[in-house]
Amino acid sequence: MEDILPVIESKLRETFGDAIVSAEMSKDFPVFTIKKDKIIDVVKFLYDEPEMQFRFLTDLCGIHFPDNKGQELGVIYHLHNLRRNWRIRLRIFFALNDSVVPTLTTVFSTANWMERETYDFFGITFKGHPNMKRILNVDDLGGFPMLKEFPLEDPTRTDKNDSMFGR
Amino acid sequence: MSIEVEKSNIQVVNSPAGIEGPGFFATSVDKVIGMARKNSIWPLPFATSCCGIEFMATMAAHYDMGRFGAERLSFSPRQADLLMVMGTIAKKMAPILRQVYMQMAEPRWVLSMGACASSGGIFDTYSVLQGIDRVIPVDVYVPGCPPRPEQVLDGILKIQELIQKESIRRRDTPQYKALLAEYGIE
Repeated sequence: MEDILPVIESKLRETFGDAIVSAEMSKDFPVFTIKKDKIIDVVKFLYDEPEMQFRFLTDLCGIHFPDNKGQELGVIYHLHNLRRNWRIRLRIFFALNDSVVPTLTTVFSTANWMERETYDFFGITFKGHPNMKRILNVDDLGGFPMLKEFPLEDPTRTDKNDSMFGR
Repeated sequence: MSIEVEKSNIQVVNSPAGIEGPGFFATSVDKVIGMARKNSIWPLPFATSCCGIEFMATMAAHYDMGRFGAERLSFSPRQADLLMVMGTIAKKMAPILRQVYMQMAEPRWVLSMGACASSGGIFDTYSVLQGIDRVIPVDVYVPGCPPRPEQVLDGILKIQELIQKESIRRRDTPQYKALLAEYGIE
């Protein structure tokens, strides 16, 4: 497989300069970390640019690293160039109390439900999203279950005796 | 030459205790109604996961729940007597289950089949209802993961016992009204 990391990295650095925080290979997957406020411009650029043509959004999801202070939350974008079969991953990181991200629905309509899911599980709000509400969980769940501090077991269950579980 | 007639092994339900004489038979209404109800249950299968597969085996020829008069499944809650909840109930499904229960006409019974329906089972997590008895009253719990068809049949027999013993208008009893009020159901 041709080495696509330098090709894409030079294109991005040429246009966006400092907004590209890092570019690296993770296994066989080129990964770019982008500044949060530039992410939509970067995706739009990768979509429009004739040499890039990343016209398929494979996935969009959230991630939570509670130990990265100031950068606890993240959103990951998987893009696919169907013509050349290139796949890349874009990441943005931001603080837990600053979890407002611009929406990608302006570029990919398919981001609609993915962003709702990310909101549902991580509490990340997508600014400009046409319908920013929960998609899978009950509306009165009271919390975002994929955050690490969310209790794993249902706290209302009364039949679990700790001594039977060795704790 | 004699024709051998095989003795039938079909068992019919015995008539309830009563006074019998030439041309008449007298017993109490609740015994007759109870007998009729218990041998003609119309179950509503609310099957959401693997317990539902086991229920299909229970309904099929080998175990044949039809032997107990529960052959006719009702897929409309309006015509069902017995709500059989089989499988994991997600929290998002809970209001739907509750609505199905409320749409059933009296008299109605509920059988909770398997660990998930009875207690949440292994799914002790944010998205799963920890037992259907949090939203609707349950008459019989069948344990297992999933329960074998024999256990389901045993549960059905337990339901039949309940039906036989109950007064014909259970809905009017204060205990029953209090139970439903506890769940916020009229």
